[in-house]
Amino acid sequence: MEWLSEFGAIAAMQGFNGLSVFCVLLLMALGLAIIFGQMGVINMAHGEFLTVGAYTTYLVSVLTLKYLPELQPYYFFVAIVLSFVIAGALGWLAEWALISKLYHRPLDTLLATWGLSLVMQQAFRSIFGAREVSATLPDWLMGSWMPTDTIDIPLNGLFVMALTLLLTTTIFVLMYRSRWGLQVRATVQNRVMARSVGINTKKVDRMTFALGCGVAGVAGAAFTTIGSTGPTSGSLYIVDTFLVVVFGGAASLFGTIASAFSIAQTQSMAEFFISGSMAKVLTLSAVILILMLRPQGLFTAKVRK
Amino acid sequence: MDSKLTGSSRRLPRRLAQGAAALSMLAMSIFASSASAEVNTTGLAVTDTEVVVGQLHSATGTMAISETGSIQAERLAIEQINAAGGILGRQIKVVQEDGASDWPTFAEKAKKLLERDKVAAVFGCWTSASRKAVLPIFERENGLLYYPTFYEGLEQSKNVVYTGQEATQQILAGLDWVAKEKGAKTFYLLGSDYIWPRTSMKIARKHIENVLGGKVVGEEYYPLGNTQFGSLTNKIKLKKPDVIFAAVVGGSNVAFYKQLKAAGITADKQTLLTLSVTEDELLGIGGENMAGFYASMKYFQSLDNPNNVEFVKAFKAKYGSDAVIGDVTQAAYLGPWLWKAAVEKAGSFDVDKVVAASAGLELNTAPEGYVKVHENQHLWSKTRIGQVQADGQFQVVFESDLIEPNPFPKGYQ
Repeated sequence: MEWLSEFGAIAAMQGFNGLSVFCVLLLMALGLAIIFGQMGVINMAHGEFLTVGAYTTYLVSVLTLKYLPELQPYYFFVAIVLSFVIAGALGWLAEWALISKLYHRPLDTLLATWGLSLVMQQAFRSIFGAREVSATLPDWLMGSWMPTDTIDIPLNGLFVMALTLLLTTTIFVLMYRSRWGLQVRATVQNRVMARSVGINTKKVDRMTFALGCGVAGVAGAAFTTIGSTGPTSGSLYIVDTFLVVVFGGAASLFGTIASAFSIAQTQSMAEFFISGSMAKVLTLSAVILILMLRPQGLFTAKVRK
Repeated sequence: MDSKLTGSSRRLPRRLAQGAAALSMLAMSIFASSASAEVNTTGLAVTDTEVVVGQLHSATGTMAISETGSIQAERLAIEQINAAGGILGRQIKVVQEDGASDWPTFAEKAKKLLERDKVAAVFGCWTSASRKAVLPIFERENGLLYYPTFYEGLEQSKNVVYTGQEATQQILAGLDWVAKEKGAKTFYLLGSDYIWPRTSMKIARKHIENVLGGKVVGEEYYPLGNTQFGSLTNKIKLKKPDVIFAAVVGGSNVAFYKQLKAAGITADKQTLLTLSVTEDELLGIGGENMAGFYASMKYFQSLDNPNNVEFVKAFKAKYGSDAVIGDVTQAAYLGPWLWKAAVEKAGSFDVDKVVAASAGLELNTAPEGYVKVHENQHLWSKTRIGQVQADGQFQVVFESDLIEPNPFPKGYQ
């Protein structure tokens, strides 16, 4: 009987782990889904905008500890908002200086944003040093919740989950229930027509790109609870991020969610039964196979060709 | 007329200068050093007052995170040697090249240092991949490399002096300790998926099964840069090993310890021994996220001996009071000092003579304590177990005897 309850506990924790990986994947892919999916810009610097969020969190943590130590348990919320603002502002700048010149040359944006990612990485290195840093996390984020004696549910996992839920809902409302979202979707579908009905497409582009980068910043802030903060930390996520967005079908936010869910569950389950490296091989093979059969990804936006 | 006059009037000072140079050379050969032709028969960049060495690390790119400490330590050692009068009366001049975390770049820069700059020695490399990339060049050009990182072993070249530990030195003493002190019988082996962790775990498994009579209940590897360890923590809970034996590196390392803590696997319930966390890595992980776990290294910043106190003081004076020193940083610091000792023993900068003089060389001034160069060009050294403290330092809980380096261990391959 004891064996059975233990088996149940492991199964529960493993189920939670699958969900947790799903939320991490979704959170890191959301920003890219907006930029790549909605605007068609291949943003190779996505990982570095994540890193901006992570470093912002680190800075807020250091400043709080120094000047307002009594507020230390709550600084994380400030850090998340600031990460959004700073990463968004940087994204706005990047769009203005770089991306806006390249809308008709999608492959050039790939090179340009890759260059941008290298510049940003070296900038982090020059400003914060080459070594990794560590934000002191509030205690309520680092423990585990134990509903029974044998089950540990990581609090940082729960936190990332809640944040993902909140952010995804907000983006859905913005995209599909707001006037601005309508303008974004119109611009994506037919730029010339959108402009001719009076939409300022330049402004829409800039705001969309900034939003995507801002969301990446929030993801970066959240990931300080589960991962590292260093000049190249963001690049750890970039492959998985593109994988999720491409597999889901570039133009579809639903696709991104479905794709993040299926990749996370496959990966998490496979990892439990075989080793980590082999699980990755299995997941990637499955994704390649499905993309061969269905090159447009899981979901596609219905547009008249 | 004019030109002739100036011409002849210039000649005198020049002659004087020549005379002075000859005199000073004579003086040097008597008092400080022998003529350059004698101490350098192979055309290295050695003048009467100067000797050029190379430094080849990644100052940019992903590896800069690890190699920065080595660059700093080597610089410090060279500065100290220069301040104390240099080597054979010559000041050391450094040509620094950036390997940029890219192995072909390492090879190219090594070639440049040896062929064009004719450096007498190179202090450099960090990853095994970069060392393997430059090795053929050092062997072809007969260069001399001082390599600071603890590594997987299975290599020995007369053109390399390995100042870090090879795998058996670091691993066996650590496993023996954990088996004896903690009564460990079951082990969970875990690493990033590349040559160093895999070779290390292979050695560990043989030692656990054949020597300690223990059992390996899990062995697995995660891709470099993996950030999700949730399934792993569950597997560990299922298997309940006495010890987790870990060699996870890079950004993965941070993710691993943070998620371990969040899953409730902490030092009060679980013993963990790692090969890949030094004071450098703790900066990124956060001491509070790993407190109570153990690391097996030859050096910790907290070592309490006069050499180390002096070293830490000098290092902090140069690089700031919050600078930290990890195992590899200390090993890198040994490089220039070992080279100095070997050159002085050989009385020559020639690589062959320096190499011949290296075997059996002893150094009493190392921060880690006494070290001795083995004939296989690795160092005899002690292995220590340090326990992670919340402030990011280690407390040494065990110190082995001096261990012989054995890069090709029989029965462990």
